[in-house]
Amino acid sequence: MTVPGPWYLVLAAVLFSVGATGLLVRRNILVMYMCIELMLNSVNLTFVTFARMLNDLGGQDSVFFVLVVAAAEVVVGLGIIVAIYRRRSGATADDISSLKG
Amino acid sequence: MNAAYAIVALPLLGFVINLVLGRRLGEPVAGWVGTVAAGGSFIASLVVWVTMLGKPAGERVTDLNIFTWFPVAGLHANAGLQMDPLSITMALFVTGVSTAIHMYSIGYMHRDPGFDRFFVYLNLFLFSMVVLVLADNFLFSFLGWEGVGFCSYGLVGFWFQREVAAVAAKKAFVTNRVGDVGFLLAMFLMFAHFSSLNYSAVLGTVVKGHATGLLTATPGAIDGTTATAITLLLFLGAIGKSAQIPLYIWLPDAMEGPTPISALIHAATMVTAGVYLMARVAPMLHYAHATSWVVACTGAGTAFLAATIACAQDDIKKALAYSTVSQLGYMFLAIGAGDYVNGIFHMLTHAFFKALLFLAAGAVIHAMANRQDMKQMGGLAKYLPLTALTFAVGWLAISGVPPLAGFWSKDAILASAWGMNKVLWAIALVTAGLTAYYMSRQFALVFTGQARWTEARPVPVGGSGGVHGSDDENAGGKDHAAGEEGSGPGLPAVAHEEAEPRDPTWTMAVPLVVLAIAAVLGGGINFPAWHFNFLSHFLSPIFPAATSAAVSTGTKWALSLVTTAVALTGLGLGLTTWRTATHPKLEPNFLRKAWYFDDIVAATVSGPLRAMANALAFVMDTKVVDGAVNGVATSLGLSGRVLRKLQNGYIRSYALGIGIGLVVVLVYLTFRTGS
Repeated sequence: MTVPGPWYLVLAAVLFSVGATGLLVRRNILVMYMCIELMLNSVNLTFVTFARMLNDLGGQDSVFFVLVVAAAEVVVGLGIIVAIYRRRSGATADDISSLKG
Repeated sequence: MNAAYAIVALPLLGFVINLVLGRRLGEPVAGWVGTVAAGGSFIASLVVWVTMLGKPAGERVTDLNIFTWFPVAGLHANAGLQMDPLSITMALFVTGVSTAIHMYSIGYMHRDPGFDRFFVYLNLFLFSMVVLVLADNFLFSFLGWEGVGFCSYGLVGFWFQREVAAVAAKKAFVTNRVGDVGFLLAMFLMFAHFSSLNYSAVLGTVVKGHATGLLTATPGAIDGTTATAITLLLFLGAIGKSAQIPLYIWLPDAMEGPTPISALIHAATMVTAGVYLMARVAPMLHYAHATSWVVACTGAGTAFLAATIACAQDDIKKALAYSTVSQLGYMFLAIGAGDYVNGIFHMLTHAFFKALLFLAAGAVIHAMANRQDMKQMGGLAKYLPLTALTFAVGWLAISGVPPLAGFWSKDAILASAWGMNKVLWAIALVTAGLTAYYMSRQFALVFTGQARWTEARPVPVGGSGGVHGSDDENAGGKDHAAGEEGSGPGLPAVAHEEAEPRDPTWTMAVPLVVLAIAAVLGGGINFPAWHFNFLSHFLSPIFPAATSAAVSTGTKWALSLVTTAVALTGLGLGLTTWRTATHPKLEPNFLRKAWYFDDIVAATVSGPLRAMANALAFVMDTKVVDGAVNGVATSLGLSGRVLRKLQNGYIRSYALGIGIGLVVVLVYLTFRTGS
């Protein structure tokens, strides 16, 4: 038995919402970071689903691009996070607001 | 012919040398550089003049183009010189008197910290003045006109640390600007009609006393109205420069400058530029009878008014300044009466005796440690014999005592005035009496009677031992105005036995003697007998024939006797009355205050202008202009203060912003495609 495509889309939407909400409400930078990954992967899921439903490999291509970009982003982002934690321990995202107007 | 270039070039060279090296040359070399430059210019003028005399009367006008100043569209302005009898006469006396005064200044400005600056200005002035009189077109002349105005400004305000001097300089400059507007407008009008500003094109060629080519030649034909307009506008310029009613107010104040400046610029040369200008446009003035009347009446009115004011002045220089205004009025009277030659003649003689009087007054002021109040002088003839003698020569010359210079020129002007209008003659006659009276008053107050200076004589700073005539300039040079009040600036008024006033040093004495000789003999250049009349014969080819009715020789003799009688009466009255210094009835307040003319001008012109300026400065500028500028800044600041709240540094709010923005864009796209 196969799971119908729209279910995957609904799952992706739920995952995206969870990620977005997490990004907005959590203060821990690492958790926020994981939320971003969650959102990216929910989008990936959407791509794959549509690729399967429409028989178009372009969707799967896009997933690879997203993965590559996400990997690069992880490198940069983690580097920044490590740098921040070296300067101050246990800082939340809201503490790092020295660029406010 | 190249000597003509030297007349202009030498003062310019002296100016440049003193400007660049003056401070290094120092005193007295800088002064001698200036004097030599002026003297060389005078010799060059003599050479040109002698060359000119060698030619027949009809061929004495030569035009030298130095370079094309600027060619713009139809206007070709040349820096060119015109050598003709009028211009060379002017150049001769300007450079001659100037040389004497340069030399005098070496002694007078002794130890002044601005010694070199003084001679920089003086040479620049001389250069501007010869450009003014020698130029072959109105524009180049105007360059000199403005140049002398600038130098006058710089020299009146030479001791600019004193506020009075700075204010007087500003007043002179601004008042002259009013007249300059007339000069400029006249040039515009000329260019509109003649497409040229050259004297030859505008004035036509005057041959043997008849102007030709002015009203007849095709390109240069103008009607009487235009001629009147142009000459009236030029006269406005002349009024400003030559201190006539109503623009004379700057000249008495200009006495704040050093005395040699008063002698050179504000008596002998610059202030006569207006007279020269009117004489220069004589061929046109000849056709503008209305202007002639305006000129004559202004001249007579100014002569009388200034003479009355001069009768009640205490300041030795102010009295001479009003006298200058009055004598300039005589010159304009002559010009207005169509007697151009005698206008120039009086300018010459006046330059001699008035420069002499000023220099002698300068020697007195010097000897009196910068005191200028005549009421506190007296009895100086004993201490300053040379100064007294030369002053006396100037006094008799200006009073019109025969056979000194002033007699001949003033007499001729009075005869011309008689020919034009009897009322003008009467005014001029009364003025002649007043002139003799106020000059005698001055002589009597300064040189005769009781010595009133012994009680309250200020001791100059650092004047240890003998106060040599030129030693105290440095200390008291800044305090002429204070000297007017009779005492130095906060100095103890102590009698000082050693500090007897003395005659000046030789550099100051030589010019005095030279000018005194000129004032005695100067009348000879136009001696009216045996058909000598040198100046008349020399100048008449370039002037149109006199318009006023010819006065017969018998009448001239009679007028001459009347004038001399009036002058001698004034002389006697002045001398006998002013042996003592207090006659309040003879010095009514309205004369001391110069008919309140300054106050009237202040109330009617300066007052409203000042109010307007205040309104503009403190209401218009601060409220409206500044308000607009500040308003823009304030509104930007306010909006920035509001907008910066958005930039709170919280990632979540940025993320929320991105999310909401995304939603908005998506909603928009959905609805757009949906419709």
